[in-house]
Amino acid sequence: MFEQITQTLLAALSHLLYASLNKLVPLAGVGGSVEAMETVPPQIVVNGLIFLGLLGVVFGIALAIVASKFVVKVDPKVEQVRETLPGANCGACGFAGCMGYAEAVVGNPDVAPNLCAPGKAPVANKIAQITGKAAAAVEPKIARVFCQGGRSRSQRKFLYTGVMDCTAAVLAAGGDKSCEFGCLGYATCMRACPFDAITMSGDSLPVISKEKCTACGKCVAACPKQVIELAQMSKSVVISCHSRDKGVDVKKKCQVGCIACGMCVRTCPVDAIKIDNNLARIDHGKCITCGLCVKKCPTNAIHDYLAPRLRAFIDPAKCAGIDVCAKVCPVNAISGDLRAVHAVDQGKCIGCGMCEARCPKKAITLVQASTAPEKPAAKEMVSA
Amino acid sequence: MWEKLLTIFIASMLINNFVFARYLGLCIFFGVTKKMETAVGMSFTFTAVMMIGAALSWLIYNYVMIPFQLGFLKIVIFIGVVAAFVQAADTIMKKVTPALYYKLGIYLALIVTNCIILAVPLINAEEHYSLFESLALALGSGLGFSLALIIMASIREKLELADVPKSFQGLPISFVLTGLIALAFLGFSGMITL
Repeated sequence: MFEQITQTLLAALSHLLYASLNKLVPLAGVGGSVEAMETVPPQIVVNGLIFLGLLGVVFGIALAIVASKFVVKVDPKVEQVRETLPGANCGACGFAGCMGYAEAVVGNPDVAPNLCAPGKAPVANKIAQITGKAAAAVEPKIARVFCQGGRSRSQRKFLYTGVMDCTAAVLAAGGDKSCEFGCLGYATCMRACPFDAITMSGDSLPVISKEKCTACGKCVAACPKQVIELAQMSKSVVISCHSRDKGVDVKKKCQVGCIACGMCVRTCPVDAIKIDNNLARIDHGKCITCGLCVKKCPTNAIHDYLAPRLRAFIDPAKCAGIDVCAKVCPVNAISGDLRAVHAVDQGKCIGCGMCEARCPKKAITLVQASTAPEKPAAKEMVSA
Repeated sequence: MWEKLLTIFIASMLINNFVFARYLGLCIFFGVTKKMETAVGMSFTFTAVMMIGAALSWLIYNYVMIPFQLGFLKIVIFIGVVAAFVQAADTIMKKVTPALYYKLGIYLALIVTNCIILAVPLINAEEHYSLFESLALALGSGLGFSLALIIMASIREKLELADVPKSFQGLPISFVLTGLIALAFLGFSGMITL
């Protein structure tokens, strides 16, 4: 029955093709190995149809078998994690791209969920949720440039006219800058940044955008002078100099270098600064970012990224007069009797935030200096 | 016989280099030559796929298509054969050698739509090559393409640092370079005379 139907169908089909092709299609020079003939025998057409059909069926079945036999089970969590990740493939996590990290974090219980630097806390939390791992806090980091000696403030050894790239310039006697620890200013870091977070200032120094920088570390690796380092975002006071030359030499080469005079060491209220190899370094574990050293530094080598500084303001309604704030204040800006409402001298306050951190009543807030509500505070003082 | 194999091999690699003499496969050529690493990965994958694809196409052409007088379907069939083979290779590689898959897997998908992969079986069919001659052509073309990729990648890595006028940056200067290398490759013509 079935055979009969197929036979009649085939016969009808070939007849139809024969009839139509012979009249309608110009058949000379079909191309390929079919020699130019007046007519194409319908057998070839039928063969072609059968062959192509068979080929399709065979390939289809073969691919289906291969797909089912060599199926790779992918944990759906991997896909979820990969979608959560920013997808920049920056490699800051230490794995080969976002996919590599996603697989490692799902497959390996020892891989922490907070390794994605660009993703920061939200991504770490989501990954922890997906993988069921404990989310540790991600300390936001940022790349910091340890040089302030731009073209106008530093000396050059010679005129460099080669390839405009730091890695190339450093090959010519360590670069054209007199200070061998400073930024050459040929923007290799800017080109290395996958997030466009680095721009070059008019003085040929890299400026890192606080909003765009993800602390992936590409610029750190790209800089041939190791001028860029990753640092905690919250530690805003930085000695922006890497020079280990003697003070006299630094003075000759650069106007804003650290001359290791020791002023900052003496000023620091928490002994966080030490001089080592003619260079002052801040121990960021101890530093309270009070900013006192910034003001004292004779060469302005210390940079405060927290500008404009905020001012402390004590809410009189909450203040219980415990006096802790007055004791911790490094500049003695807070005054007031025990068990009476305290006040901040806005002229002295440097906005370091130490009192805010210490106040057990949470009575102190940091506000913008210009909008600090000084007058209401004074009124409350009178009434109190 | 060896002489002919060698002739085909050298001719397809240098004299009739697919990129510099026939101007085929340019999209992949410009796509993967930005970095040496991708260029080398592509070279390996490409040569391997080219050899196997040419052998498969030769078998189907000589044992099925010629007896049934279906030579005029060459283009359609060869595309289908290569695509199916690459798809299967992709799936098998993923399971059997995941490491190799992550290194070279991304290039497989690119190769399916490459014109050199199609051109080699077509030339084999046109010239009525034997199986070994087809393989020699495939190997020669694969190595020739690899040579082109590696030459271009090493130049483009240097080009990153060059001071190129703005309107010529990127693809335009790469085309100019390709033209210059093609001129150099003209020097190979006439190296072998039959």
